[in-house]
Amino acid sequence: MAQRTRSEQADRIRHLLETEGPAIHAHASASNARRKETYGGTDDLESLRTDARAIKEDAIDRLPELIETVREAVEANGGTVYVADDAADANAYVADVVEQNGPADETAEPSVVKSKSMTTEEIDLNDALEGEGIDVTETDLGEWVLQVADDTPSHIVGPAMHISRPEIADLFNERFDPDDRFETAEELTRFARDHLGEIITGADVGITGANFVVADSGTIALVTNEGNARKCAVTPDTHVAVAGIEKLIPTLSDLEPFVDIIAKSATGQPISQYVTMLSPPTDSPTLDFDAPDEPITAGEGGAADETGASGTGDPDRDFHLVLLDNGRTDMREDDQLRETLYCIRCGACSNSCANFQSVGGHGFGGETYSGGIATGWEAGVHGQESAAEFNDLCTGCTNCVDACPVKIDIPWINTVVRDRVNRSAESEPHDFLVDGLTPDVEEGGMDLGKRFFGNIGTVAQAASATAPVSNWLADAGPVRAVLERTLGIDRRRDLPSFQRESLVDWFETRGGEAASRKRAAASSERAAQADARDDGADVDREAVLYPDVYTNYVDVDRGKAAVRTLEALGVPVRVPDLPESGRAALSQGMIATADRQASRLYAALAEDLDAGRDVVVIEPSDLAAMHREYERLLPEGSYERLRDGSYEICEYVYGLLENGADPDALSTGDGSQPVAYHSHCQQRTLDLEAPTVAVLESCGYAPETSNAECCGMAGSFGYKQEYYELSIDVGERLAGQVEDAETVVASGTSCGDQLETLLERDVPHPIELLAPGGYRT
Amino acid sequence: MTVDTLCRFERALEGLEVGFERVAAAEASERIETIVEEPTVGASLPFEGVSLPDDVTTEPTTAELEAARTGVTPVSFAIAEYGTVAVESTADGAEPISLYPDRHVAVVAESDVVPDLSAGFTRLAEGFDAGRDSVVFATGRSATADMGDLVHGVHGPGDVDVIVLEDR
Ligand code: SF4
Repeated sequence: MAQRTRSEQADRIRHLLETEGPAIHAHASASNARRKETYGGTDDLESLRTDARAIKEDAIDRLPELIETVREAVEANGGTVYVADDAADANAYVADVVEQNGPADETAEPSVVKSKSMTTEEIDLNDALEGEGIDVTETDLGEWVLQVADDTPSHIVGPAMHISRPEIADLFNERFDPDDRFETAEELTRFARDHLGEIITGADVGITGANFVVADSGTIALVTNEGNARKCAVTPDTHVAVAGIEKLIPTLSDLEPFVDIIAKSATGQPISQYVTMLSPPTDSPTLDFDAPDEPITAGEGGAADETGASGTGDPDRDFHLVLLDNGRTDMREDDQLRETLYCIRCGACSNSCANFQSVGGHGFGGETYSGGIATGWEAGVHGQESAAEFNDLCTGCTNCVDACPVKIDIPWINTVVRDRVNRSAESEPHDFLVDGLTPDVEEGGMDLGKRFFGNIGTVAQAASATAPVSNWLADAGPVRAVLERTLGIDRRRDLPSFQRESLVDWFETRGGEAASRKRAAASSERAAQADARDDGADVDREAVLYPDVYTNYVDVDRGKAAVRTLEALGVPVRVPDLPESGRAALSQGMIATADRQASRLYAALAEDLDAGRDVVVIEPSDLAAMHREYERLLPEGSYERLRDGSYEICEYVYGLLENGADPDALSTGDGSQPVAYHSHCQQRTLDLEAPTVAVLESCGYAPETSNAECCGMAGSFGYKQEYYELSIDVGERLAGQVEDAETVVASGTSCGDQLETLLERDVPHPIELLAPGGYRT
Repeated sequence: MTVDTLCRFERALEGLEVGFERVAAAEASERIETIVEEPTVGASLPFEGVSLPDDVTTEPTTAELEAARTGVTPVSFAIAEYGTVAVESTADGAEPISLYPDRHVAVVAESDVVPDLSAGFTRLAEGFDAGRDSVVFATGRSATADMGDLVHGVHGPGDVDVIVLEDR
């Protein structure tokens, strides 16, 4: 598939926002809220996640051995295992099994009933079987709706999530022409139950997926709520289970944490209605509805077997386990994609994602899979081009990181695949304008807009040096048209206003480190006099304030506020000219550039860290790079030293106040002054929302935190022409939550920018509210 | 089995809107009779002194299975924490009997109610070792939200009752 142009992509997203977005948002956000609540009420959640992760790591490590183990176990039970290399191989095998177990009358169409399985979607099994003259019916209600509508899944757990009840009613009224028109979910469900019930009782073969396969007992575990998978497995004589090879786990006891967590992460239920663990062929008698007057126990297996534990099951039963490779062995050998194989397909990453909630899996998804993890699955099973179609929808916000029951670093998989897509792009003649501003170490013909945003530090430096002329120029209509055409920067979006005097320059001009030391000492002196008995107020720390690109060149005020706050609390500050963190490069998938920047930044800070100075960071996304991605970019010792020595500004202030610094040195509220506070997605993942709230409270404010998933801006994302409207759609949900508050503060630059655009007023960083002298609106 | 575990089980079932009755073995048959909706099919109960009511059809035909409003089966154990019952795939058809009719009446011995999932997995593993290696953990009523709103009783039973047989 050829890559869509920017405006084609914009049109497509606009269409989805209008048509499927509302239904998706209603369901996905409700599931996400329930998941959060259930996670919150589960005491051993972290150990469950850790156990589940460890089991998957071990199982994927031992995969070839587990395939042999399960083969022996299933054969000993009386079934058959077939390992299929790819889709065609799997489909041909299944078609063959169905043909052999078809109706006695050879001219009749064999019929298959299926329960929900994304793996069979991956191989397009239904089309393949229908092509062989086999009748296939989906029995999961969501899948059946899609089959009737000739549509594709928009969510890996709730495949028909994008279709609303009235739309289903219209579809069914038209297709089935009932005497009384369908209206309620109850009526639709009754009809589906009866209609599908008849098809199930007449079917020749039942096909299910498997959520897990226990290798040493040959047990397949199916996790469902409706009961259709049970019916598909127990009713026809022949049962075929199709599962990716990654579903294997070693033993029955390994299943326990997954049974415990999968419903919690998927829908927020404590456990699913039916966890079906079958080691087929089972002892359950086969059900021949064509012989209605025969006792179900009349078959050979029958009630004669009093022990009920024959070990080889009812002899009329036939079972085939089809294990699908289809790229998974290669994924296992790929150090970056391997983690994808730990995925248990619970959909929590989709539900927690703001962009997904707005457009659903038809926008944020590839040929089969959807949501953040789809990038890994699509790249692995369908190829990189399929992942490239939607990979940019992941903004790296990390909301999914805490949701994933097996702790997959989903944003990192997206970054890696983006990097690979960039590198595979055809080389084009470089644009002279962009080339001069992009000193990265990337190669190939990657998207110019991505290159521009990935090198934003250099761009900002140049723009600051020529401000305000650069700002006037950038605002001019013709320039915006060029920016849109060449870099894809949407002309409706306000551009940042670059300051002529950077934070670093301002700091030097006011006397640099020496002056800061004096100011801090004077503050300590004042505090000591004010409270002569308290000798614990001397905090004795020194800070290096990290001048991230935006704080240094655009939002210089929040940097000044941070300096003044720290000095007022007795902490001398340095603001050296430091390299970029690599965050901007990472978000464009420029890993080599980010790697180089991480090394440079660490080198520039090493001496301060050795001297025991604290690195204080204002922009949460830069801190998140140091605390999360640097683990992959720096040697372990360097990573840990920087991580342990760096703090988010309000977290740092919180620590100072806890250690005896006096909040009265700051701008305090009257104790009840309401403040709406929007933290930053990555800050939340680092568990750093609470310190800001605590600081605001101890300084006399009454903060209310937002619970919207994201501001929608996500660095460069909201600037991009193809995503502008999606960004606004996500941002409006947040704006709606905070708009009634008189004071709104936000930690991230982009969050602040987005809110300022939508609320049409100033949205400062919390530190600006707290700084001595206060925030002047 | 402690009193605590039984209370926990009862609370969990209440949350799932599943019926709960605790009865002496001698009265079980009578109690079951009052709960079921006719026609009823069942799998025989392996508990001492407990039998199915007379008009419950065991070893049903498929026609009887389809027509039944209620299916009565024993369950090998129950998990208090989640209100889960463990239905085994036995040759007498407990699995389809618990699945096809609109109402499932599950009968469990009080001593077989275990506190949590972990204890449930211990019981499951013991059963697997003894060759009883196909089991459904059924929790509450069959449900779907695929038609736009939550509806109970889709492919599986829309009503469930659990009868706990008092220890002697
Ligand atoms: S990546 Fe994690 S959260 Fe997403 S579907 Fe897979 S297991 Fe669930």
